[in-house]
Amino acid sequence: MSKKIGDVILDLQNISLRFGGVKALTDISFNVREHEIRAIIGPNGAGKSSMLNVINGVYHPQEGKVFFRGAERKKMEPHMAAHQNIARTFQNIALFKGMTVLDNIMTGRITKMKANFIEHALWFGRAKKEELEHRKVVEEVIDFLEIQHIRKTPVNRLPYGLQKRVELARALAAEPTMLLLDEPMAGMNVEEKQDMCRFILDVNDQFGTTIVLIEHDMGVVMDISDRVVVLDYGKKIGDGEPDEVKNNEDVIKAYLGAGH
Amino acid sequence: MNFFFEVLIGGLLSGVMYALVALGFVLIYKASGVFNFAQGAMVYLAALSVVGCLEKGAPLWLAIILAFAIMTLFGIATEKFVLRKLVNQPPITLFMATIGLAFFIEGLAPMVFGSEPRALELGIVDEPIPYILDNWNMVISKFDLVAAGVASLLVAALALFFQYTRIGRALRAVADDHQAALSIGIPLQNIWAIVWGVAGFVALVAGMMWGARNGVQFALTFTALKALPVLILGGFTSVPGAIVGGLIIGASEKLAEIYIPPVMQDLFGGNFGGIEGWFPYVLALLFLLVRPEGLFGEKHIDRV
Repeated sequence: MSKKIGDVILDLQNISLRFGGVKALTDISFNVREHEIRAIIGPNGAGKSSMLNVINGVYHPQEGKVFFRGAERKKMEPHMAAHQNIARTFQNIALFKGMTVLDNIMTGRITKMKANFIEHALWFGRAKKEELEHRKVVEEVIDFLEIQHIRKTPVNRLPYGLQKRVELARALAAEPTMLLLDEPMAGMNVEEKQDMCRFILDVNDQFGTTIVLIEHDMGVVMDISDRVVVLDYGKKIGDGEPDEVKNNEDVIKAYLGAGH
Repeated sequence: MNFFFEVLIGGLLSGVMYALVALGFVLIYKASGVFNFAQGAMVYLAALSVVGCLEKGAPLWLAIILAFAIMTLFGIATEKFVLRKLVNQPPITLFMATIGLAFFIEGLAPMVFGSEPRALELGIVDEPIPYILDNWNMVISKFDLVAAGVASLLVAALALFFQYTRIGRALRAVADDHQAALSIGIPLQNIWAIVWGVAGFVALVAGMMWGARNGVQFALTFTALKALPVLILGGFTSVPGAIVGGLIIGASEKLAEIYIPPVMQDLFGGNFGGIEGWFPYVLALLFLLVRPEGLFGEKHIDRV
């Protein structure tokens, strides 16, 4: 593999997460290296989305430590993830449905805007210059994801596959160092999946973005990931490069059932 | 013809007063997708705060500033103790919370400031403008005109705020999807505190105008009911819609009050008065049949 994978950027140590009596995650440790594509897989209810929400600061694990860029993360507000350059997409598309594609992607720049409220209200000072700069980044993202033709369309009029792409665009507009994708290809047809794969690989390749993704399509996961972590019933049952994981006894059992 | 215009203008001006109340609803609806049942109570609280401070001996400007501070604190407290606990809950839960909030204010405000009806003097007299009376023979109230001016300013400022500022964009984002808004780094809590603060400010302006006109009394909480047909006409999500809806309701109810009774009397005999009391609601019902999202509301088309 030609690309350069760097040091550990995110390190999760002995993470346990409970909701009341329900154990969502039990003693899970794994890490993510800079510039890699890291997949989290597992059967339904394995705790994949919970894991992503822990990384994103939406859930606070009862036990365990999260290190991001070497620093231990204290309890944080959900909106702070974006300020640490972590962007994400959702399993069920979470776009601003009333807004156009362009406006949606512009919201991805919100953490980067510096001009204050009064400057914005009166449209003077930094506000105008800033808006133009942000617009430029957004246009680049639009070009990159090949959605020029729909930029003025309200997102609720778009087909599902394109909405997913707009959601990715909004995440990319924040120029994230780490991108969390929750089932980016769910519900897509083969062609749309191929497009999405290409975009994910391009993002990783051209911008060096670290990507953590949850996906059900095994073919896709094994093709594009550098390393895969496998969860089942909230426990880690496998971790390693795709080939390793594919031949792991526990993983096969979890996917095909015992006694195969 | 002069008389027709007098009624029309009088109606339009009182419509602006309705729009003022409706604005408060629109703000909160836009930012949290919640119909804030407590808006009427907030108008009452704001007006009471002004009167209460005046009675304690504060000059008018200080009373207004103090009342604004109270409304802002109230907004922040609402966010902290009510809304923060309800992130990602369905809108109906938040709606129920605002009903509770309304009862809370309606109990607390009179306890602090006293419940007897009082007059509020803003120094603007509610009498005809001599110039217009002399030249066109029309009775146009000075107070109404000032109220209309204030409301127009407020609406213009809010429309710009929502459309062109970063906070405005964040507000629209929060209204659309809480989770997504958090993921792109919008602090939900701050945004809600800002919105409730601004809604409190709008309630303050409305409370002062209505309080000066009808007296500061418990009935102010019912001004909220007058805002309902305005919202249905204008759309729950549109600031300009609130003002246009207010104008239509104001003008049509006054015109209906003057011109419908004689026709009805000719047809059926008997006495037809008080039409302005129910006419807006009938208009709103008709509107719901034809255009449920209102004149300027966002049309939501859901995929099946």
